[in-house]
Amino acid sequence: MRKSFIGQNPSILIFLLCLAAFTLAVSLLAEGFGIGVLSTSFIKTLGKTLCLCLVAIAMDLIWGYCGILSLGHFAFFGLGGYMIGMWLMYARTEIIVQNALAQGDIPPTAQEVIDGIGSQIFGVVGSSDFPVIWVFADSLVLQLLLVLVVPGVLALVFGWLAFRSRVAGVYLSILTQAMTLALALYLFQNDSGLRGNNGLSGLQNLPGVTAPQSVVSMWFFWASALALGAGYLVSAWVISGKFGSVIRGIRDNEARVRFLGYPVETFKLMLFTLTAMIAAIAGALYYPQAGIINPAEIAPIASIYLAVWVAIGGRGRLYGAVLGAAFVSLVSTWFTGGQAPDINLGFYTVQWVDWWQVILGISFVLVTLFAPKGIGGLFDLLKRESRS
Amino acid sequence: MTFLNKTAASALALTLGAGAAMAADCPIKVGVLHSLSGTMAISETTLKDTMLMLVDDQNEKGGLLGCELEAVVVDPASDWPLFAEKARELLSVHDVDVIFGNWTSVSRKSVLPVIEELNGLLFYPVQYEGEESSKNVFYTGAAPNQQAIPATDYFLEELGVEKFALLGTDYVYPRTTNNILESYLKEKGIAESDIFVNYTPFGHSDWSKIVSDVVALGADGKKVGVISTINGDANIGFYKELAAAGISADDIPVVAFSVGEEELSGLDTSNLVGHLAAWNYFQSADTEANAAFIEKWKTLMGEERVTNDPMEAHYIGFNMWANAVTAAETTDVDAVRTAMYGQEFPNLTGGTAVMLPNHHLAKPVLIGEIQEDGQFDIISATDPVPGDAWTDFLPASAVLKSDWKDLGCGMYNTTTETCVQLKSNY
Amino acid sequence: MSKFLHACRILICGVFVLLAQAALAQDDTAPDPQPGQLGPLQTVLQQDAALIAKASRTTIGPIIDAIVASELPSVPHFLSAWQNKDVWQRAEDGLFFVATKADGKTYRLLDLDTGTEVGTAAKDELDQLKPNSGVRGLIATALVQFQLSDPNRDTRVEALVAIERRPGPDLLTPLRASIPAEPDAELKARKTRIERLLTMAYDADPAARIDAIEAMSTDLGVDVRAALNPLVATQRQVAQTLPEDINLARELTPGSEDLSRDAAYVMLVDAGLAPPHQSAAELKSQLSQHIDAGRVGGVPVAQLSNPEARVTAYAALAAAGVVPQLVTEADVDAALASHVFFESYAEKDPAVTAAANAALATIATRVGVNQALDLGLDAISLASIYFLAAIGLAITFGLMGVINMAHGEFIMMGAYTGYVVQQVIPNHTVSILVAIPLAFAVTFAAGVAMERLVIRHLYHRPLETLLATFGISIALQQLAKNIFGTQARPLTSPGWLDGALVMNDVLAISYIRIAIFVLALIFLGLFLFLMKRTRLGLETRAVTQNPRMAASMGINPGRVNMLTFGLGSGIAGIAGVAIGLYAKVTSELGADYIVQSFMTVVVGGVGNIWGALLGATMIGSLQKGIEWLNPSNTLAAQTYMIIFIIIFIQFRPRGIIALKGRAAGD
Repeated sequence: MRKSFIGQNPSILIFLLCLAAFTLAVSLLAEGFGIGVLSTSFIKTLGKTLCLCLVAIAMDLIWGYCGILSLGHFAFFGLGGYMIGMWLMYARTEIIVQNALAQGDIPPTAQEVIDGIGSQIFGVVGSSDFPVIWVFADSLVLQLLLVLVVPGVLALVFGWLAFRSRVAGVYLSILTQAMTLALALYLFQNDSGLRGNNGLSGLQNLPGVTAPQSVVSMWFFWASALALGAGYLVSAWVISGKFGSVIRGIRDNEARVRFLGYPVETFKLMLFTLTAMIAAIAGALYYPQAGIINPAEIAPIASIYLAVWVAIGGRGRLYGAVLGAAFVSLVSTWFTGGQAPDINLGFYTVQWVDWWQVILGISFVLVTLFAPKGIGGLFDLLKRESRS
Repeated sequence: MTFLNKTAASALALTLGAGAAMAADCPIKVGVLHSLSGTMAISETTLKDTMLMLVDDQNEKGGLLGCELEAVVVDPASDWPLFAEKARELLSVHDVDVIFGNWTSVSRKSVLPVIEELNGLLFYPVQYEGEESSKNVFYTGAAPNQQAIPATDYFLEELGVEKFALLGTDYVYPRTTNNILESYLKEKGIAESDIFVNYTPFGHSDWSKIVSDVVALGADGKKVGVISTINGDANIGFYKELAAAGISADDIPVVAFSVGEEELSGLDTSNLVGHLAAWNYFQSADTEANAAFIEKWKTLMGEERVTNDPMEAHYIGFNMWANAVTAAETTDVDAVRTAMYGQEFPNLTGGTAVMLPNHHLAKPVLIGEIQEDGQFDIISATDPVPGDAWTDFLPASAVLKSDWKDLGCGMYNTTTETCVQLKSNY
Repeated sequence: MSKFLHACRILICGVFVLLAQAALAQDDTAPDPQPGQLGPLQTVLQQDAALIAKASRTTIGPIIDAIVASELPSVPHFLSAWQNKDVWQRAEDGLFFVATKADGKTYRLLDLDTGTEVGTAAKDELDQLKPNSGVRGLIATALVQFQLSDPNRDTRVEALVAIERRPGPDLLTPLRASIPAEPDAELKARKTRIERLLTMAYDADPAARIDAIEAMSTDLGVDVRAALNPLVATQRQVAQTLPEDINLARELTPGSEDLSRDAAYVMLVDAGLAPPHQSAAELKSQLSQHIDAGRVGGVPVAQLSNPEARVTAYAALAAAGVVPQLVTEADVDAALASHVFFESYAEKDPAVTAAANAALATIATRVGVNQALDLGLDAISLASIYFLAAIGLAITFGLMGVINMAHGEFIMMGAYTGYVVQQVIPNHTVSILVAIPLAFAVTFAAGVAMERLVIRHLYHRPLETLLATFGISIALQQLAKNIFGTQARPLTSPGWLDGALVMNDVLAISYIRIAIFVLALIFLGLFLFLMKRTRLGLETRAVTQNPRMAASMGINPGRVNMLTFGLGSGIAGIAGVAIGLYAKVTSELGADYIVQSFMTVVVGGVGNIWGALLGATMIGSLQKGIEWLNPSNTLAAQTYMIIFIIIFIQFRPRGIIALKGRAAGD
């Protein structure tokens, strides 16, 4: 079965091979294990980019294949990051507090340890009590489960409400945007229990791990590559079968699919939840590499950028999403990082830091108008030419 | 795929280029980590320009240890995770000897783990909430006891305020500062019911209800004062509403901790005359050093530009660092750190700033009244106040002490006489 | 000759009298004071020169009293000069002068006693006296008695303001004395009112106080409440038995809602009536001080991670007499039962407190009503801002179905247009009048250009319109940053829009908000007129309902779409000027309103201007309502509002006013 599935879709194999080759090449060149040409900070950038590719795949599934333009998938991405971040912060602080209290004459009570952790984590935001939502934070397994469960449940409830009342098209887009805005505003409050604007920080330091960041960054890079590969495979499998056909049918003519007797809402809901979970996994891998997560990450603009990546890469093809995310985010990093040389026009110096956003915005309009298939469309052109 | 390879290759070329530069000792590299785009660019671009001016000055004086200084500017784009990434890049790729940068606590907390891991040196120039001490960070801005507490004392003693409205933007600096102030005010005999606390989001613009709430506080016959930790743009709407409600500084004085000359330049201040701000520096300070500094700044940047407190913090921090490097005869972080303790440098406002073993400065606290021209009239100046990393007014922090010189610990519990942790909390 | 001398003497005398009354006057003929001999006021001041130079509210009171007590004629002038920061101290001899700026860095020095010029001094030889606001307040209070009957009306107003700010018992007599002779009716009423407020608090006769209280019990002023509340201020006390000589407010039961058990015990401890409760931390530190060979009170140290073991160990220590006994719950109960807790008024006269309480109760009801009205006004104001921001969108999105994510940036462009106009035309009134049509023109042009270049090609792909306009939005935002910088720009409203319409101390609304409200109404009217009464409106409705049919009737849909879109964008530009006036002008101004605006249109119902109006009203009042419920956190209000909208859309997916028929189709 599986062989035939890949056999049917040679592009999957090509993608996976490329990803493997890329991973191997980076490993050989990296500081941690290879010859040290690629700095740790660049490895982190690459690892993060892989995570962004994964969330772009999720976006492509829901938008490119099902026609639901969700402007809120970064909310799930961020929630995944928060869930893993809670454990990382708790476990790291627990070790510090245990060590500090062990220096005293009298062994600490369990309550003292918890109070100590509380004041360490929340002292920063002027509080010291543990909010209820941290109840599972001491367990990696539970918190990993929550990475899937919390965004999944949110997507399920939100999707159920939205699809049930037949909210569709641009209304749904605006509604999803409102959802991510509400979540971001909620998390911005200190009372939300996730340290408000400060968010969770120091996530790159794995509790109990003494290996240097050059090594840890490689672990996360591999994990991200693995997740991307697996995510690609799962997504390709989902869209290849009957499920995929129904999904595409909904995109092209929802009413017709409904009249054919398919429970359209259930299909949409399943896909919405699945993509939310994929996004959450990507987030859970992304933020330990970024080192900090805070509510600004899930502001509506982030989710719109996600749509931009997919549109530029080419909707309705998985590798398009990957290409778009990698291309735009890396180029953005390059241009905003001050590495790109300024262009001196004599009367005016074009600074890329200032003009990059303008170019991005305009190119986006141009892609929408003239190349709706995005970068992926180039491949079609190549294919057609080689055939003719 | 070809694209990915290309990016990797171009990045490789970049890294190689940087790698070649790091072999030599000269020039001495000064990292500048301030946002040049995004929401914080308003404030931080000014500090980047200040740093470039200071580095040029030092080069004119012949550099340091016989080397030219070179400023390495990166743009973290007001994006907190990007601060960590750029800090790592500065330290490991550009191999800088010191970093001057950051504005906002969350950006500092983002950078802390990286700086500590790679043993860098960061000068943080902005007032902050304290409750932190890192071996690798020198805090040249004000700690709460160098800004918030003296301003509150001024309210209590000089203005006779009996009821306090603590208005802030909802983020860590106002939250912690207000926590400290609440506990301080209670210690001073102000009842909990006489303290009104309100938090608003960044960029809040609808202030009418909050302003009328503040006016209503006066109903029990006590003098009301507002302590504002409102940040950035939101101040504009707040002060406009205050002016519209006709609230005079003599009725309800407002003291702000985040409003300086730069922020006032976006406002018509004629209705705000008499409201207050507390800082360690005002442009109106009448000294020769300040006049020279302002003149240099204006010739470089334009006549309409103003100077502010974080600029002075960088001025003091940079000069202290330069002197410490000269004293240590190396740019090695550990040696420079040791040489930093006890460094003295004249303030722009007169007197001398001293670097303390807890990585804070001893600086005078000034209180200024807003004038019609957008400047501040300095009406109160204290003796130098030593900055305190851990506040004395929160029970959990009162027992903590930071002393990197003798105790070698930033979080030392004075009752149990143990070092709680060597890394900072982030 | 002698006659001439006599005339001179008269002249000099006259000059002296003049000087004493208004010491500002200068006259060269006045003789200089003898060198080395200080004037009488200067002598008084020199006694406390250091404290005056660095005046602090805590120490300056007696000094001001001494100055006033000297009864010198030059005192009032000196005090007001000091208050206005016009008094300087000469560094070399420490003498005080009134100084006026001569030129550049030199100052003309005027003697305090005579008002004559005694020379000039460079700025660095002088120190300016900068009394802070607290000291200025004290000076103002001291000045009151000189100002209450001053011929100048403004001076009398100053005196009244000073009394209002710092009422005190000493001011009652001079104020009463000045009322009968007050010529100005308005000021007389104000004086009478202040007199009543002072009477309430400070009159010796309880009956007069009660009369005053009852007379003011319908007044909503904050100052009335500020005078009444101190009368009923209570103090929480604890005693073994209830004292006789107090004006009792109420008794408290420990463990009740007003006084928790813990708080009551803390009161006992503070009063020295009970031993303190040991906290867990104190317990621990006591234990750690008594470690003896790895054991505390017989309990091995390793077991002390258990809280119960700690109590056992402590009990053992207490039994051995090394530490104080543990305070048990039973001890606490016994201590609480044997004391009374009560609140008593600081005011001794029960009749006064009763009258004050009654008056406060009356006022409270009225304040409540007015607060509700004020909240209503705030809500309407917020709603009109949302409506103004959304009205353009109601046209482009509501009528044409175009998702324009750059709508916010059109608002921003309007605001920046206003800023630029103000740079060119300094007169604020004229500049606003120019800015409004100009903002419309600029954004109309931008809207038309965008429609022609981009949106026209995407009419059948609404999701892609969303993305393309988003691209335009980020490009415009960054462009604004590049041109105007990231710093907020001032857009100042004309002077006649300053201030607020004050109904009473509770109910007030700023003129700028009223202006925005009026503007919103005008646009509503304009929109209705355009749609119902003009050719363009007819054609727009026709194209909206059925473009093909409209085209076959000879309407050019392209032209209609272009104009309609331009109109929507133009209105956004005008909204931008209004929003910039009341808040701030930054490149992110539009982004702040875009989601809210879409919400407004979606909640209200697409395709109907009344829907947008209802949507804005609902969102505005909802947000204010939530803010009122949770006043300390404005952020929460926005979150809950959005959640509410998401749920609301579940029940009315097509908004409050849903279109019926074919036009409702997607």
